[in-house]
Amino acid sequence: MSAAAPAPAAKKENALAAFAQRFFENRIAALALVILLIIVGLALLAPWITPQNPYDLAQVDIMDARMAPGEEAFEGYTFLLGSDGAGRDLYSAILYGLRISLAVGVFSGLIALAIGTAVGLIAAYAGGRTETVIMRIVDLQLSFPAILVALMLVAALGKGVDKIIIALVTVQWAYYARTVRGTALSERKKEYVEAARNLGLSSRRILFGHIMPNCMSPLIVVATIQTAHAIALEATLSFLGIGLPQTEPSLGILISNGFEYILSGKYWISIYPGLALLVTVFSINLVGDQLRDVLNPRLNK
Amino acid sequence: MLAFLIRRLGQSALVVALMATIVFFGVNVVGDPVDMLVAPDADQAERARVIADFGLDKPMIEQFYLFLKGAVHGDLGTSFIFGEPATELILQRLPATMELAISALLIALVFGIPLGVYAGIKPEAISSRLIMAASIFGFSLPTFWVGIMLIMFFAVQLGWLPSTGRGDTATFLGIESSFFTLDGLSHLALPAFNLALLKMSLVIRLSRAGTREVMQQDFIKFARAKGLSFAHIVRVHLLKNILIPVVTVLGLEFGSLIAFSVVTESIFAWPGMGKLLIDAILQLDRPIIVAYLMIIVVLFVTINLIVDILYSLLDPRVALSEKNS
Repeated sequence: MSAAAPAPAAKKENALAAFAQRFFENRIAALALVILLIIVGLALLAPWITPQNPYDLAQVDIMDARMAPGEEAFEGYTFLLGSDGAGRDLYSAILYGLRISLAVGVFSGLIALAIGTAVGLIAAYAGGRTETVIMRIVDLQLSFPAILVALMLVAALGKGVDKIIIALVTVQWAYYARTVRGTALSERKKEYVEAARNLGLSSRRILFGHIMPNCMSPLIVVATIQTAHAIALEATLSFLGIGLPQTEPSLGILISNGFEYILSGKYWISIYPGLALLVTVFSINLVGDQLRDVLNPRLNK
Repeated sequence: MLAFLIRRLGQSALVVALMATIVFFGVNVVGDPVDMLVAPDADQAERARVIADFGLDKPMIEQFYLFLKGAVHGDLGTSFIFGEPATELILQRLPATMELAISALLIALVFGIPLGVYAGIKPEAISSRLIMAASIFGFSLPTFWVGIMLIMFFAVQLGWLPSTGRGDTATFLGIESSFFTLDGLSHLALPAFNLALLKMSLVIRLSRAGTREVMQQDFIKFARAKGLSFAHIVRVHLLKNILIPVVTVLGLEFGSLIAFSVVTESIFAWPGMGKLLIDAILQLDRPIIVAYLMIIVVLFVTINLIVDILYSLLDPRVALSEKNS
């Protein structure tokens, strides 16, 4: 046993290396991943690499309002991307906004992933009436567009970070449940599950210990794409004024705040946060697409 | 077939009833609309009078009963803000939303099908690759962002088209619409294009996939062997075969166009029912929210029901498999 122990580890490393190699075969996807990592890095480091904390009122001067990109602030630093209607530095505001947008998107994605996976696994394993009822609910929800379900929930729940996360989770869980159930159904018929059952393992152990790990690759793909959707949806709701409150200025709120200035030609207040949103959503989508190609065994030739 | 129809109708009714319950309780447990309705300096007596007027003092179950009783008669309550029946307010704005959704659908078809067919016939051409790349953009760009871009370029920079509102309308054949005036059309152009973009990507992908599949079929080879011109083959043999799936999917997507018009209407200040909904959410005007959601749910269930029935007519296996399950 002890002699054989390093073998699985080495195999795992090889698999990971092969995976990385296949992922980076696509130059555009590789670039998207690098950009995404930079974006996440910028968001995490925001307090240390921005000239001001845009939501600390002591650091914001109304005299600096609506400065064009490149103009100098009263404090001495340059407004790289201009300033908004309240005199906040847009570069700082965008990085702080990215933090909120990413956090809300990723956090709601993780909760939806957990709920959806559990529900989908239970449906696939239980079968019969339980499965029918669960899948009917999933189908019913998926027959309504995500934005409509989110609007309903926001109308019912009101504003706030927790409310938006609830809305985003509700919108997303059904996708995970459907994906997991589909994969789990085909996994359940395989011999290793039968072997585990014959060993007398409990249903719970088979379900979460044996079937779930094998459902991971489609889940990772769905999770990536859904996170991009969640970020875009949160931005849309916030833009409409029914998403996050003004005290939690995500990118959507920054865009919305700048929208009134577009007609007077002060494009930068809306455009730069918008570009940040676009690049984020787009690079997540590209990474997700490539993951789908790499992880999908049917495409493995 | 009859059993299938009855079962489907029953299911639809159940969904509507379920949604009515969820929507009513969901909307009515949140926030206190009394603060919106009563002036801050009102005394207790006036407060009590307003609460009684709107029936807000009754127990929730009784309010729900009254809501259901009204809903069956087409009365979904009276707007707190406008003081008019909510159904009427929404139906007044329905034509503007329909106009937007229908124009978007037409734009998606008129641009999407030729582009998709072209990309399907010449899958390797650079222009085809560009079309497909652009359609990915159409999928992943948030609608509101595209709307802002359209306003910035066509309304602010170029000044070609108006950025907000609905233009003049004219009545033709008893239908009042902005299709019939130049001013109306110019106001319609940007929001309709904005709304169309998402579905255009879908149409391009569907018609490209359809084209690639149909072009391999024997009857196309046969038509070629007969010596028919390429244009004729595309126009008659190809289009006929790809239109069925495209139109079916778009029929299903019409509901989502109406849902997405909430975003487009808010950006372009288009006076439709979506903008009414957003205003109602911001002002806690519960009857409008409930009425809008109920109307949308009924609309969706109806569209799904029609598509289901059409499917079972076109493909009897659907109804049969239902029977067996």
